[in-house]
Amino acid sequence: MAEKKVGAVLVVGGGVAGIQASLDLADSGFKVYLIDEGASIGGVMAQLDKTFPTNDCSMCILSPKLVATGRHPNITILTNTEILGLNGEAGNFEVKLRKRSRYIIEEKCNGCGLCAQKCPIEAVDMYNGGLSERSAIYVDYPQAVPLKYKIDREKCIGCGTCYEICKAKAVAYDQQDSEATLKVGSIILAPGFEPFDAKLKSEYGYGRYPNVVTSIEFERILSASGPYGGLVLRPSDGEIPKKIAFIQCVGSRDYKLGNNYCSAVCCMYGMKEAVIAKEHTPTKLDATIFYMDLRAYGKEFDAYYNRAREEWGIRFVRSRVASITEDSSTGNLFVHYVEDEKPKTEEFDMVVLSIGMQPPKNVEKIAKVLGIELNKYKFCETKTFSPLETSKPGVFVCGAFSAPKDIPESVAQASGAAAKAMSIIASERGKLVAVKEYPPERDISQEEPRIGVFVCHCGINIGGVVNVPEVVEYAKTLPNVVYAEANLYTCSQDTQKLIREKIQQHNLNRVIVASCTPRTHEPLFRETVQEAGLNPYLFEMANIRDQCSWVHMHEPKEATEKAKDLVRSVVAKAKLLKPLKKPEISVTPVGLIMGGGVSGMTAALELARQGFEVHLVEREKELGGYLRKIYYLLEGDNPKERLDALIKDIMENDKIYVHLNAEVTEISGFVGNFKSKIKHYNGKEEEVEHGIVIVATGATEYKPTEYLYDKDPRVMTQHELEEKIAKGDFKAKNVIMIQCVGARNEERPNCARICCGQAIKNALKIKEIIPETEVYVLYKDIRSYGFKEDYYRKASEKGVLFINYEDSRKPQVRNEKGKLEVTFWEPVIKQEVTIEPDLLILSAATIPNPDNKRVAEMLKVPLTKDGFFLEAHMKLRPVDFATDGVFLCGMAHSPKYIDESIAQACAAAARATTILSKPALEMEGIVANVNEDLCSGCRICEYLCPYGAIEMKQKDDRLVAHVIEALCKGCGACGSACPTKAITMGHFTTEEIIAQVKAALLEVKA
Amino acid sequence: MSEKTEFEPRIIGFLCNWCSYAGADLAGVSRIQYPPNIRIIRVMCSGRIDPIFILEALKDGADGVLVAGCHLPSDCHYISGNFKALRRITLLKKVLQDFGIEPERVRLEWVSASEGDKFAAIVRDMVEQIKKLGPNPLKIGGRQYE
Ligand code: FES
Repeated sequence: MAEKKVGAVLVVGGGVAGIQASLDLADSGFKVYLIDEGASIGGVMAQLDKTFPTNDCSMCILSPKLVATGRHPNITILTNTEILGLNGEAGNFEVKLRKRSRYIIEEKCNGCGLCAQKCPIEAVDMYNGGLSERSAIYVDYPQAVPLKYKIDREKCIGCGTCYEICKAKAVAYDQQDSEATLKVGSIILAPGFEPFDAKLKSEYGYGRYPNVVTSIEFERILSASGPYGGLVLRPSDGEIPKKIAFIQCVGSRDYKLGNNYCSAVCCMYGMKEAVIAKEHTPTKLDATIFYMDLRAYGKEFDAYYNRAREEWGIRFVRSRVASITEDSSTGNLFVHYVEDEKPKTEEFDMVVLSIGMQPPKNVEKIAKVLGIELNKYKFCETKTFSPLETSKPGVFVCGAFSAPKDIPESVAQASGAAAKAMSIIASERGKLVAVKEYPPERDISQEEPRIGVFVCHCGINIGGVVNVPEVVEYAKTLPNVVYAEANLYTCSQDTQKLIREKIQQHNLNRVIVASCTPRTHEPLFRETVQEAGLNPYLFEMANIRDQCSWVHMHEPKEATEKAKDLVRSVVAKAKLLKPLKKPEISVTPVGLIMGGGVSGMTAALELARQGFEVHLVEREKELGGYLRKIYYLLEGDNPKERLDALIKDIMENDKIYVHLNAEVTEISGFVGNFKSKIKHYNGKEEEVEHGIVIVATGATEYKPTEYLYDKDPRVMTQHELEEKIAKGDFKAKNVIMIQCVGARNEERPNCARICCGQAIKNALKIKEIIPETEVYVLYKDIRSYGFKEDYYRKASEKGVLFINYEDSRKPQVRNEKGKLEVTFWEPVIKQEVTIEPDLLILSAATIPNPDNKRVAEMLKVPLTKDGFFLEAHMKLRPVDFATDGVFLCGMAHSPKYIDESIAQACAAAARATTILSKPALEMEGIVANVNEDLCSGCRICEYLCPYGAIEMKQKDDRLVAHVIEALCKGCGACGSACPTKAITMGHFTTEEIIAQVKAALLEVKA
Repeated sequence: MSEKTEFEPRIIGFLCNWCSYAGADLAGVSRIQYPPNIRIIRVMCSGRIDPIFILEALKDGADGVLVAGCHLPSDCHYISGNFKALRRITLLKKVLQDFGIEPERVRLEWVSASEGDKFAAIVRDMVEQIKKLGPNPLKIGGRQYE
């Protein structure tokens, strides 16, 4: 290596993938530059209303991550920024950037929004899918990070209103674009995707018929913060629709357009939008989805599909819609399609086009500047065994840029790419990150409360409604308040200095800021008081803007009274505030991985490359797991060679301890400090200490009980066929494959995801060896999502016959006097057909490992109804468990392809590294406390705690509750249930809250 | 204090930090107007809300109490705090009835971070409803603050 490595990473793209990668890197000791071409981060997820399959509110789950990114000391966000050039090599790159002007001085703008209110211009609001208006000076959306305004120079008339009104003096009409050069060790690309331009499908009338909208526009329509406040209305006349059609595959699986790939997410979001639309509509709403194959292939997706049909009454029509026409008098739409070989037309009030994903707009420029290869659809080229690597060393990729994918997969890939980006600069960990030093903390235990109150005008956001001087004067009369003043902007840099000075001058030991919301500003002020030697928990906020002046704009008198009440209430709480310690727990920098398949091995290698020791425990006598059964791949790579190379890497790595023929029988402890027993089948037992656990125990193949499996030697599973082919034993003129064996049924409602790909792979292989062999695939839906669609098409072209069957008409298999007979319904000719195949291949489901139950109980982590492991959050925490320090990856999570398992394995390693890379973990100060004298040992709290953070301890002759601070998240569920009031929450103690209630309700003498 | 002829209810709102408090903030950011009768107290999770807090509020003269948390089933930041709130508030309402306090004075709602309008509508509706119910029967003149 020529030059010294650099401990910084450039992340390109601020969507959910870029955000996740940045957080993981920054939490593991690396400096991050997060750049985005837009004015704020958040990406497409910030536009979504709900997310499938849990119907979680998108903004609710995303915004904590936005805030965390925005204030992370190791992350620098550069918005309106693009890459101009790249020099150097992996470990030491030099990147040239251009930052476009927003005509606002970012350091000065505090996002108060007054300018936008006064701006006389109206422009189309793209965040709301173009369905509403915004001003020429604007933010993308109210929760935007960074919350800095931007001037749309095309629309701005330069009237000077914003310049005049901005009290922070942030408007700068003459600001210029600027260029900068950064040094980084590696690069992660997460530029996301571009929604398909629905105008290109002109037969659907988008752009001409107002009531034809895209799915992104419809997300905004559904959103409570959208153009119609969450009511579903027709854009043409604002009427509530009674009948909506959803058209799938718009811009996807479209050979003519050159987009043969499947966009992988539209089936699910189409269903979700239909379901939510019904929920949001007070009157009866009929929703119909026109689809080709319903691709609900992910975890718990089919369960959602079933509910959409049965519970929510969504109608599904299997048909490619030919065209849409409009009745210009009513704005209604006629959908023309073919069903049962007959042309049909149906009238709807509104049509939603489920538009697909395209590569990002300027993808060719990015590729050229960075020197990376694109695939034929202009997505980033990756390989099965290196799904996170671009063709250029040191440049990694995640999210929709490498293939269309949904949020959890993007998030997993993002963490995985973070692991990859870290491993090449592991030696530089911690070198470029900021360590903040605070003065020693003042001991206030002997002091009377001395409270300082700072009331913010927020320009005129508060001061224009609430009489701020009156509130200040009032605050001065409150008990223990020794100082109060008003500030133009309490959050500005100079006020922070002022607050520190006042703390010194007046010997304040509690500080209150009455301004905006603690959700965004509390961290800043806590830091300020800490800089002045106070414990950060001696700070409180009164929200007199978002929850007062902004919502009572026409009642200045009442708003002022309310502001006083809020300040009084918070003063009463502040009096009781106690300094809290952030507990620190040590970390054993060692990993334990259960399962030696491709996931477990990949995770082990990644951790070892980060510099940590790993125990890899495998029950079989050799490593490899499921991968051992795979002989060839759709995409061409040689799995056997790859497996051997992987095993060799593992064996040669002196940080990895492989335990074969062994299993983990006991785990105790908590994050950073686990102790486990590894039992070898030869009787030997070992105890190891480790800081994290990764569950990579894989899954197994279903042994069919149907279709004469095990009764007739000609009936076999796809894996058995693959082995036969690989050994050169394959001979047959007629082969029938039956899909969904042991999946999508009563017992196991969900899809096993990989069987369609397996069937296509084996069918193509058969056609390759003996082209004359007839192959029939009997399927329910062909779920060849993403680029796998190409192989589906290829198989059809090679003459593989794909024949759809319904649950009501499953294929029948008989052994008629030694002849194997398969009878099935042929939907095109509308007849039963009987064929005598030489081989009948069952696409048997991938089912959970039977051992999962034991492992789950041992680790105290949950399983899904199907028996796979259940992650902490289906969308944003795909490889974490709710229990800190325990992670999962691979097929233990759900069935998946090799590249997906590898991405998850890298992700689990990155998540684990956020813990293992720290000598000690600093925990949140707000935790539960037990007064042991009051505790009656009833164990209610132990039972209630969702994190297992309470254990019972012997004290003298009785049991008392004990809080494991490392595990406590401070929700307070235990405190509110404790019958003897022995448990209370730091910073939200019962006395504090009651004092707050009482003070809020006091009636003030006029 | 008030010379107004019309009775103005005083409402205490306990809002969980992650969804409902964020929803109330969004009402503000979007400038959705609602009556100034509510005083909001932030807690980390609706599961933190001890029935005692509500009883204290009623004892001290609150005419209504709003408890708001993340949507069921899975929006709660702490996995299941909202279910705990649901159980407790349901029970508490039964007890209140026995004490002769109209259970409608206590309301449990699920408000997400994007439902600013819903939050405002709830407050509006509560104020209306409590105006019809009249002042808290426990209120004996209200305490004075010197
Ligand atoms: S965090 Fe909102 S209810 Fe638990």
